[in-house]
Amino acid sequence: VPKAKRPRGPYDTDEAPTPYEDATTYNNFYEFGLDKGDPAENAHTLKPRPWTVVIDGEVARPQRVDLDTMQSWFPLEDRVYRMRCVEAWSMVIPWLGFPLAGLLRRVEPTSKAKYVAFTTLKDPAQMPGQRAHTLDWPYVEGLRLDEALHPLTMLAVGMYGKVLPNQNGAPLRLVVPWKYGFKGIKSIVRISLTEKEPPTTWNLANGREYGFFANVNPEVAHPRWSQATERRIGELRRRPTLPFNGYADQVASLYTGMDLRKYY
Amino acid sequence: MASPPLPWLKPAFLVGGLSPLALMLLDFARGSLGANPIERVLNQTGMLALIVLVASLACTPLKLVTGWTWPPRVRKLLGLLGFGYALLHFLVYVGLDQGLRVGALLEDITKRPFITVGFLALVLLVPLAVTSTQGMVRRLGFPRWQRLHRLAYVAVSLGVVHFVWRVKQDVTEPLVYGGVLALLFALRLAEAVRKRRARAALSAT
Repeated sequence: VPKAKRPRGPYDTDEAPTPYEDATTYNNFYEFGLDKGDPAENAHTLKPRPWTVVIDGEVARPQRVDLDTMQSWFPLEDRVYRMRCVEAWSMVIPWLGFPLAGLLRRVEPTSKAKYVAFTTLKDPAQMPGQRAHTLDWPYVEGLRLDEALHPLTMLAVGMYGKVLPNQNGAPLRLVVPWKYGFKGIKSIVRISLTEKEPPTTWNLANGREYGFFANVNPEVAHPRWSQATERRIGELRRRPTLPFNGYADQVASLYTGMDLRKYY
Repeated sequence: MASPPLPWLKPAFLVGGLSPLALMLLDFARGSLGANPIERVLNQTGMLALIVLVASLACTPLKLVTGWTWPPRVRKLLGLLGFGYALLHFLVYVGLDQGLRVGALLEDITKRPFITVGFLALVLLVPLAVTSTQGMVRRLGFPRWQRLHRLAYVAVSLGVVHFVWRVKQDVTEPLVYGGVLALLFALRLAEAVRKRRARAALSAT
């Protein structure tokens, strides 16, 4: 259902969104297979409702919360973000969700909380790709607390004005638009605040190629390909990749004084 | 034993070998190559190159094992077809994927082992394609020609390494090709040893 044009928000890009068909049939979600067409084909086995999320660790108010309840706490926002995959392709996706910061403040992080760890559902019956040992299941990801509290960081429950399709990480996924797509953990069942840097799946699988930070950086090549350019899905020619995926004005200050070649 | 002439043999392999390319062109024309058609074509031409080249290397071992005489008759055709797919793979990478940006290309070839080995595999196939004619076999002399064409095993092995390094996590598929290649090589090696022993036995008498 096409929605009425809304005013562009402070975090929106005015670039043309990627066709819905492409954004929902071409992505990585190894829980449903290794090919980029596999998630769309296989994710029907995932049951996104009812869905419970555990929030625990270094918080004053740890809790298990039903997703519908969690969603009712926050007004849903549309955000049109660029999405840059570490494989050097990119999309523009209108997400529907709420800032992660709101949720974190609600559960009151303690003074020890320095990081946020996320966990995907582990259930081979719903996620047949988990029967193969391609990665250590469940998928885990993490952010530094200041990254998690940044207003750009959101939890999405929908895209293109619709409920999030299973293959795109239903019913709840992370969106961090200045980082490579693999940071955007899907089908989240647990959010833990921690004192120490949490392990992250791709870093465990291949630390030389995938760092904890994974900020989009055209100057730090992946060992097997350059990150200087990218192919926007739907375009023939490559375009230059922008530092922090074009969000440098908003987020570069988070990394002042850090060697981004070392902390890639 | 003389084999039947099988006049349809080479045309059948040629048509069969080119049909994936025809399907790809058809998909391209219909816009049904998915969200990232360049990546799709790049992956498919690479896979085809590897499959057809392994098939060409299987011809002689197949004859040794089964006694069939027809496989060696399509060996050259398969070798050239595999080279054609490898060249197409490279041209898609250079022209469509990298958009003819020479700097990016040189950086890839010199700095990224994954690209370096793939490029080297293609380069090694060039002299084999050039010397694939009967005239060249005569000009080089058969023993020298044969030694040169052992490079095919090196080239295809590099192709397998290129594939292993391309894969992000699950290397099962490239290792299957590596396994088949190792088996073929073992069969050739066993045959060479057998021939040498036979010659030694002959000269000892």
